[in-house]
Amino acid sequence: MTTLELLSEAVASGKSKDAKALVQRALDEGTAPVEIVDRALVPAMASVGEQFKNNLIFVPEMLIAARAMKEAMSLLEPKLLAAGITPKYTAVIGTVQGDLHDIGKNLVAIMWKGANFRVIDLGTNVSPAKFVAAVVEHKAQLVGLSALLTTTMPAIVETVKAIRGGVGQAVKIMVGGAPVTQQFADEIGADGYAPDAGSAVDRAQALVGAA
Amino acid sequence: MNTSAIPAGETIPGDGSASVQSVAKANFGVSVPLKFRELAIPRADDLLFGTAPRPLVTRHGLRIGGGMVYPELNFTLPTMDVSAATMPLVARHYREIISDALRRAGELEVPGVVIEFETVPPMTATPAFGLEIVNILLEGMEAARQSHGLRSALRMTPNDNREFARPPVMRSGEYWERMVELFEGSAEAGAELLSIESVGGKELHDEALMNCDLGQVIFSQCVLGVRDMAFLWERLCVIARAHGAVGAGDTACGFGNTAMVLAEQKMIPRVFAAVVRAISAVRTLVCYEHGAVGPGKDCGYENPILKAITGRPMAMEGKTAACAHLSPLGNIAAAYADTWSNESVQNIKLLGGMAPTCYLEQLAYDCRLMNRALGEGRESALTLRRWLVDSDAGLDPQAWILTPESVIAIATAIVDAPDHYRAGLAAARCALRRLKEAHAGGRLKIVPRELGFLDSMERQLDELPDAEGDFIEQQMALADPAKYLPEEYGL
Ligand code: B1M
Repeated sequence: MTTLELLSEAVASGKSKDAKALVQRALDEGTAPVEIVDRALVPAMASVGEQFKNNLIFVPEMLIAARAMKEAMSLLEPKLLAAGITPKYTAVIGTVQGDLHDIGKNLVAIMWKGANFRVIDLGTNVSPAKFVAAVVEHKAQLVGLSALLTTTMPAIVETVKAIRGGVGQAVKIMVGGAPVTQQFADEIGADGYAPDAGSAVDRAQALVGAA
Repeated sequence: MNTSAIPAGETIPGDGSASVQSVAKANFGVSVPLKFRELAIPRADDLLFGTAPRPLVTRHGLRIGGGMVYPELNFTLPTMDVSAATMPLVARHYREIISDALRRAGELEVPGVVIEFETVPPMTATPAFGLEIVNILLEGMEAARQSHGLRSALRMTPNDNREFARPPVMRSGEYWERMVELFEGSAEAGAELLSIESVGGKELHDEALMNCDLGQVIFSQCVLGVRDMAFLWERLCVIARAHGAVGAGDTACGFGNTAMVLAEQKMIPRVFAAVVRAISAVRTLVCYEHGAVGPGKDCGYENPILKAITGRPMAMEGKTAACAHLSPLGNIAAAYADTWSNESVQNIKLLGGMAPTCYLEQLAYDCRLMNRALGEGRESALTLRRWLVDSDAGLDPQAWILTPESVIAIATAIVDAPDHYRAGLAAARCALRRLKEAHAGGRLKIVPRELGFLDSMERQLDELPDAEGDFIEQQMALADPAKYLPEEYGL
């Protein structure tokens, strides 16, 4: 097995210490940081995401892999940054104003991170203005809005309006949450909808043209 | 002042002169021994729907837990904003819901009904909105009483908005004050049963669930949650007494039901959600230690354990709550119900009529069946209970820990423990043991990929210290300090 294959396996099985050591070994062998990310870390998380989507593993098992990925990245990020390399896509995500439900939104954020999106998580109870400001500040290609209450679905509408008013069609908008439907997404002019965290990754990649 | 809702055989203490502010400042930072030291219902065969050793008699004479199960109807708004501008429309929804549902209740000759008004956050943030709806509901209920003799009681459940502040501020501030104001106003207006889905400790619990971390689950619920419940319920019961209402009960919704919904979506193992449920009984128990008298809040699937410990009546929900969330407890939950609820349904049109009215009808028929069984005598009631229990129990670990035998075993483990921390530990161990035994004996289905979690949970419990002080120190070192304020819990 090559170092990158071993690294991929260590991340997928959540072995943080091994992952870090293998990143160091790959660097010592002269592998470029961006290659380590693209050829070992991203495929590892993609396979973990796939297993999760197919109900083969649970969230805690996925989180262990995500932590191993984070450990591995801690060695690579400064080098990538120094070389001016950042993740290709940035996504802003949050639960809309008046709503505190965040578990579903957190899962979507985890899955997006695993697919190598840079994710700016604004938390819960996020005002439309804050969404717009974050999209502008981070030059996001994608913004995700989550709502769980029937009485905060109108806040999705307001946020979509504010984003369109602020940055027009430059950013793709994806919506989700238990009471949200594809029909609602279509009616309010969102670009995408996903019923669960697994499909939220495919949808996000399709929206930004990464798929 | 209204005539009090008085638990049978007791009078509500207090003369109405106490104020929320005047509650003596207890030191909730130190561990307090459990108040209940033995079970009110020690035998599994005495745990039964419609029957509680300490029933509650309401103003209009509903004897909750006194030999009959009543429907408890809950409803919410369809997709819409709640603001000053939309309040006329909001009011119209609630007016229509109450008159239509109670008309049907009258037609079905239900012997009585509990109406729950669970607000949405803006109605607690602006108590005037919530109070307007309380008055509409009470008027509708009174009109139904006068026109067709329908007896009812209003359960008022304001939102626990304290977590709008991050990290949550639990004991003071705008969110606390508005919540207290809505409780006061509602009780004064005539809401008889005060409830809440309190969130103390939840700011650490969500992550504990995601990581399947039992140490943090117990810390969130049995250290933080328990302290917050003591603080909160001491004050809610003062409000209740001042207005001739009662503190009915709380629920570990944000804990146990979050786990259940996550398990239902295959995010976390069902065996883990089952153990979380057992632990959650310790947290919810605290409201009864501080004066709540039932009926416990409907979404507390830990309620059967609390019924066994306290003897108080409990609201339960099951298959009739599929409109709000899915669960593996559709039938078994009814085995213990003193009121039978639908959790929450939007006011939308279904083919049979408006959704709340349709749900009222479903609840009414379920209650008729249970009441028929009760009417035939103990043997018939226990037969129906057996069917309710056995049809769910072997199919899901969360159902298994709610069999009458599991309930009594977990309740016993709790009351035998010296303090809330060790009660949480004991509840978890007991639930785990019962799951393992039932699976080994072929009585409970657990999918293979979950089996490893039984051992890993046991290992986690083995690593927790025996003394609460050591445990708190250990877990505080692990918890994210940015997420919670220990001083808000008296730590
Ligand atoms: C950007 O793109 C995307 C794409 C996909 C996206 C996405 C974004 N966001 C989500 N998805 C999708 O992917 C996720 C993963 O697969 C999925 O996310 P979900 O969030 O659906 O799924 C999660 C993984 C697990 N599911 C959940 O976490 C939600 C489960 C239920 C039971 C629920 C929970 C757990 C909670 N709650 Co709340 N709660 C309910 C929920 C019932 C339900 N049917 O959803 C609901 C939504 N709550 C309700 C209510 C009433 C309330 N809740 C409240 C509070 C809470 C808790 C704090 C106790 C807890 C939240 C914990 C948390 N940190 O989020 C209160 C409001 C708080 C507030 N201000 O927001 C309160 C008002 C209750 C009260 N008495 O105060 C009801 C809504 C009623 C209505 N009018 O709409 C409710 C249907 C339950 C009920 N009572 O019937 C998909 O939807």
